[in-house]
Amino acid sequence: MRAVTALGCLLACTIALAGQPSGDRLRNAAAEPHNWLTYSGTYAGHRYSTLGQIDPGNVKNLEMKWMLQNQVFGPWESSPLVVDGIMYLTQRPNDVLAIDAKTGRIFWVYKHPVAPDFKVCCGANNRGLAMLGDTLFMGTLDARLVAIDARTGRLLWNLKVAEYAHGYSVSLAPLVVKDKVIIGVGGGEYGIRGFIAAYEPATGKEIWRFNTVPAPGEPGSETWSGDAWKSGGGSIWVTGSYDPALNLTYWGTGNPGPDFNPAQRPGDNLYTNSVVALDPDTGALKWHFQFTPADRYDWDATQVPVLVDTTWRGAPAKLLMLANRNGFFYVLDRVSGKFLLGKPFVKQNWASGLDEHGRPIQTPQPPGATTWPGQQGGTNWYSPSYSPRTGLFYVSAWENMGGVYRSQESVYKPGGNFMGGGYRTTPAVPDAPVPPNIRRPTMNNWTDAAGHGAVIAIDPATGDRKWTFRMYDLTDSGILTTASDLLFTGGRDGYFQALDARTGELLWKSSFGSVQMLSGPITYEVEGRQYVATIGGNVLAAYALRDEDTRRR
Amino acid sequence: MKFTPIEAALLLLFAVHPAVVAQDHPGQYTAGDIDAGSRVYYANCAQCHGATGIGVGGIDLRRGRLPRAATDDALAALVTSGIPGTGMPPFRLTSDEMRGLVAFVRAGLGADPNAPPVKIGNAPRGRSVFEGRGRCLECHRIGLEGSRSGPDLTDIGAVRTPAAIHRSLVDPTGGMRPINRPVRAVRRDGSTITGRRLNEDSYTVQIVTAEGRLVSLVKEELRDWTVSPTSPMPSYKDTLSADDLADLVAYLVSLRDGAL
Repeated sequence: MRAVTALGCLLACTIALAGQPSGDRLRNAAAEPHNWLTYSGTYAGHRYSTLGQIDPGNVKNLEMKWMLQNQVFGPWESSPLVVDGIMYLTQRPNDVLAIDAKTGRIFWVYKHPVAPDFKVCCGANNRGLAMLGDTLFMGTLDARLVAIDARTGRLLWNLKVAEYAHGYSVSLAPLVVKDKVIIGVGGGEYGIRGFIAAYEPATGKEIWRFNTVPAPGEPGSETWSGDAWKSGGGSIWVTGSYDPALNLTYWGTGNPGPDFNPAQRPGDNLYTNSVVALDPDTGALKWHFQFTPADRYDWDATQVPVLVDTTWRGAPAKLLMLANRNGFFYVLDRVSGKFLLGKPFVKQNWASGLDEHGRPIQTPQPPGATTWPGQQGGTNWYSPSYSPRTGLFYVSAWENMGGVYRSQESVYKPGGNFMGGGYRTTPAVPDAPVPPNIRRPTMNNWTDAAGHGAVIAIDPATGDRKWTFRMYDLTDSGILTTASDLLFTGGRDGYFQALDARTGELLWKSSFGSVQMLSGPITYEVEGRQYVATIGGNVLAAYALRDEDTRRR
Repeated sequence: MKFTPIEAALLLLFAVHPAVVAQDHPGQYTAGDIDAGSRVYYANCAQCHGATGIGVGGIDLRRGRLPRAATDDALAALVTSGIPGTGMPPFRLTSDEMRGLVAFVRAGLGADPNAPPVKIGNAPRGRSVFEGRGRCLECHRIGLEGSRSGPDLTDIGAVRTPAAIHRSLVDPTGGMRPINRPVRAVRRDGSTITGRRLNEDSYTVQIVTAEGRLVSLVKEELRDWTVSPTSPMPSYKDTLSADDLADLVAYLVSLRDGAL
């Protein structure tokens, strides 16, 4: 007990000294693993924690310490922050909750009054918050950015980011870099022109804006024809990463518009389906890498860019890793953007390979034939994880699931859907049910024969699989790894699972019921006890070891 | 005027009946409307509901069993207003667009382009084949009649297309939905249990035995676990005539358990 008390005192002292998260604390988030200060935990996008109280030996003793029953129904994609014992998270449509991370009890709720006619493709989703000092930042479905006092839940300011009636929205968790709040806009199914923008934390004043689709005359505009750039897409809907040493922030960009009809936008359509490296002070583009030029499959490159410092072919390297919706795993040099490695991690037939620059050699399938991966991709927006201990990259994958795509002319109308066709998932036998994209019903009547989910551990040096944890149903869950070589993840089967991060062996599971788990799990520590929290269905639950297991340490 | 509950129910039934019957018949919608509706659907709806209408779990637009939209007007009103608290947003469509969309949805999202043409015969004759020479009730169940070992067919016309039903009759293994595959489990004590799969996840599976008993199994507690891709149903390709098959399809297509 004494050790616990001493640790608690140590934490209290740290809190007293540190105050609320500053730019320095965010930069050094890995040094305070009891907290979860940004969307992915740290700027590097690893969703990895150095906490290790829960380990492969005792994980079987995890028990639920508290749960929060959400009374707002619908998929819940939020990933919480934890700052010194207080959890902050969002719920539908744009509410913010401050919660005691130890008991799950609520301190306050802020409800942003969303314009009722907001336009989002895939539900009233919000993926979380950013925090700087005493202020929380949230993007909204009606394309606004709001700042909230973290102690009172009162609104500080509320500004318009873009025209929601034209299909713009903000669904990602903002990223605070130094003295700026960085966000991007969603709306890739509405013919928006995407952008990333930085705002002054105190006032909300816009400092810079980077358009993900260049206007005529700007670099990259040669990859567009006519007026297609005006409705060219390039949405931003998952939080980027940041390298303080290089002073570059990395963001994955969404599909071009219209989604399925490249004939309406001849060219490569930069900077859609790309990762862009920006100077966070100015928004200037340092480099870009495009994964899927002239996309016809809706394959946003919206995955969290994972920043890894390691050796590459014998020399120290600063790398960026990304398992893309297009089914390939990529390693880039994040200083220059140079392509280093790309390899399929799921079944694919849309490209015969990548050339020396990482550009896919595309092999479009004939009309009516199945393309792998399907429209939801080999993976999607679900947070991957990287463990510096195992050196492995972990991704939630959809395996062997394909679809038939079709293109048709779409007319752009502001605020109207701008899809350019559609797709259908290929069933295991004609007319059999296929996994639903949006909401999982309580029974599985499609089976793994139509494709299944998996956690795949990839060796970044080769792009090869180290191990596969196969699930029966699909998975939309993010992945968390810890310093005790545990991996936590969910899945549509509705289990929250702990695996051995080195082998993929199942060590523990807890049933959430048959629900989608759409959150990236997080871990934190309060009063000497490590918690792992995740969301499944309408429940947020926090697990920790039993008292006797904690005391023994 | 006062009615007994039964009289009131009958009155209600007859009041609703014509609309129900009309909507049961895709022919009331013009090909032009259905075609126009397909464009509206793919531009606005397919993103969530999918090209086959089942993208949102628990909702199957093809089957027409839409509890919030029993009539065409109700369907149009629902599309216009959206469903607050769900992912279903409001859509502002012109009256032409809405007429097309309703037609397209009521017509089962158009025809499956890959489905072969299927001859549909006489449903009452099909019923007598089903209950007589076909001996279908020995495995299947309709309403309160028959066995529980094969899939219940009470609403088969609402959940499968005529082409798929025909295929299941002549090529049962090829037409079998994977979820219905026969399973065989051997417990650690050596006891064996067989049945038809109802539901499965990574760790457990729920089945129904030939005797109609519901059994849930934990996979890690089993010594052996196999899922057979082969249907236990006999093919009727050579035992029934083409006309018999057409009649059977007609009967099965008519089984909708009250679905529109």
